[in-house]
Amino acid sequence: MSALAERTRSLRRYATSLLLAAVVYEGLARSGAFAPALLPPLATVGRALIDGVLDGTLPAHALATLYRVLMGLALAIAIALPLGILMGRYRPIEGFFLPLASALMPIPSLAWVPLFILWFGLGNATAIGIVCYAAIFPMLINAWSGVRAVNPLWLRVANAMGAGERTLFWKVIVPGSLPFLLAGLRQAFLRAWIAVVGAEMLAASDWGLGWVIFDAKEFLKADVMLAALTVIGLIGFAFERLVFGALERLTVERWGMLRTGKG
Amino acid sequence: MPHIEVRDVSLTYDTPAGRVVGVAGASFDIEPAEFVCLVGPSGCGKSTLLNIIAGFLAPTAGALRIGGRPVTGRGMDRGIVFQDFAQLFPWRTALKNVAFGLEMKGIPKPERERIALEQLRLVKLEKFANAYPHHLSGGMQQRVAIARALAYDPSVLLMDEPFAALDALTRDDMQRLLVEVWQASRKTIVYVTHNVAEAVYLGDRVLVMTPHPGTVKCEVPITLGRPRDPLSVAFIDYQKELLRQLSRTTDPKG
Repeated sequence: MSALAERTRSLRRYATSLLLAAVVYEGLARSGAFAPALLPPLATVGRALIDGVLDGTLPAHALATLYRVLMGLALAIAIALPLGILMGRYRPIEGFFLPLASALMPIPSLAWVPLFILWFGLGNATAIGIVCYAAIFPMLINAWSGVRAVNPLWLRVANAMGAGERTLFWKVIVPGSLPFLLAGLRQAFLRAWIAVVGAEMLAASDWGLGWVIFDAKEFLKADVMLAALTVIGLIGFAFERLVFGALERLTVERWGMLRTGKG
Repeated sequence: MPHIEVRDVSLTYDTPAGRVVGVAGASFDIEPAEFVCLVGPSGCGKSTLLNIIAGFLAPTAGALRIGGRPVTGRGMDRGIVFQDFAQLFPWRTALKNVAFGLEMKGIPKPERERIALEQLRLVKLEKFANAYPHHLSGGMQQRVAIARALAYDPSVLLMDEPFAALDALTRDDMQRLLVEVWQASRKTIVYVTHNVAEAVYLGDRVLVMTPHPGTVKCEVPITLGRPRDPLSVAFIDYQKELLRQLSRTTDPKG
């Protein structure tokens, strides 16, 4: 009951701030200070959005982008999750990979795009590679920290009850570091989602939301660009709130492993 | 034959500040189904000694036998309960926490849930079988920890100040409950505490430890019947006796 009230309240808060931003935008667009071609009113953007959705092009572009993100993210998780956990658990592995990660992490993923294009050509492989690069470090660092944050008492107790290294891994270390693993996943998705749009602008041909923006620029179609931006924002928001929020509510929040802010 | 034999057990640590003696030549026997309390000031090595018996630490000298067999490491013949409430796995319900050791033993699910529920009943928490630890009070969490340590049926229960973080009233309840559980299960219990009244209430025998270096200075058998009355004259005399032994050990005489 109170959870529902909380939900409606936060929904109302979201609606208020979005509405306010929309009103300010609309005011600017109608003020005549900018050319309508550059700052189209919301109705025009909305029409571009609806047209794009109805003729199936926007959903197709969104799917192409999502495909790249999910593939790149899956690849990043497949590498970073086991590696990060091993780094947290074994000193020599940490000693070898940590400097490597520290050196690669500060390089913006988009800086790799030209090189990736030379290596993998234009298209999906490059975009997926860039997404993977962007997502791998938040996942790696969080998995590594998560394992080190596992309460040693849990390991000791499990050990005393006869848990071997394998059981310890699956039944103590993974659930014990889950708050960090989920935070890592969340950050990795966000980074991936940011990177994919950039990668598509530079490396994609014909499909993808980033490509839509890049292509619309050639024809000065600000309304299409804004419509694509809206879709990008909406999908990112949906994942952030629905997918990851639900994952956390069902696991670490239910187990009391997250300190949730009150009020 | 004694259940636990400790013979000249010593443990020295190498720290950056040099060699530190944690336990020095501790020797004692514990009989089957006996309740023994280790009492001493903080830093006297009582927890270290318990960890040696648990097999988490290897002594640098001496011998340790449980049931006649030398101890070489951890084993499922011993259950352990710590002071920290966080010892429970927060991602498992009370029932699943208690079933963990049975899971490790490879006991099938229906069987282990039946045993776990039985153990929870022993600590009067069967109604909370499906609660997650963070919904339980500190005292309840410690009871789950006791049930968990007993569930896979070890012959020895090792307890490291399990009630030290509880409020006084809850602690009294828990001590009563522990005696009941011990009488029902007939485990051999080694119980570390710095609380003299607790030691007199619980123990068949109290071993007094001295710090620097940590060793067993003397032992005091408690011959009071159970349940014990903490306000009786005899009970208070035992407390005085233990306090006298302890204050003598902490006197900084050369």
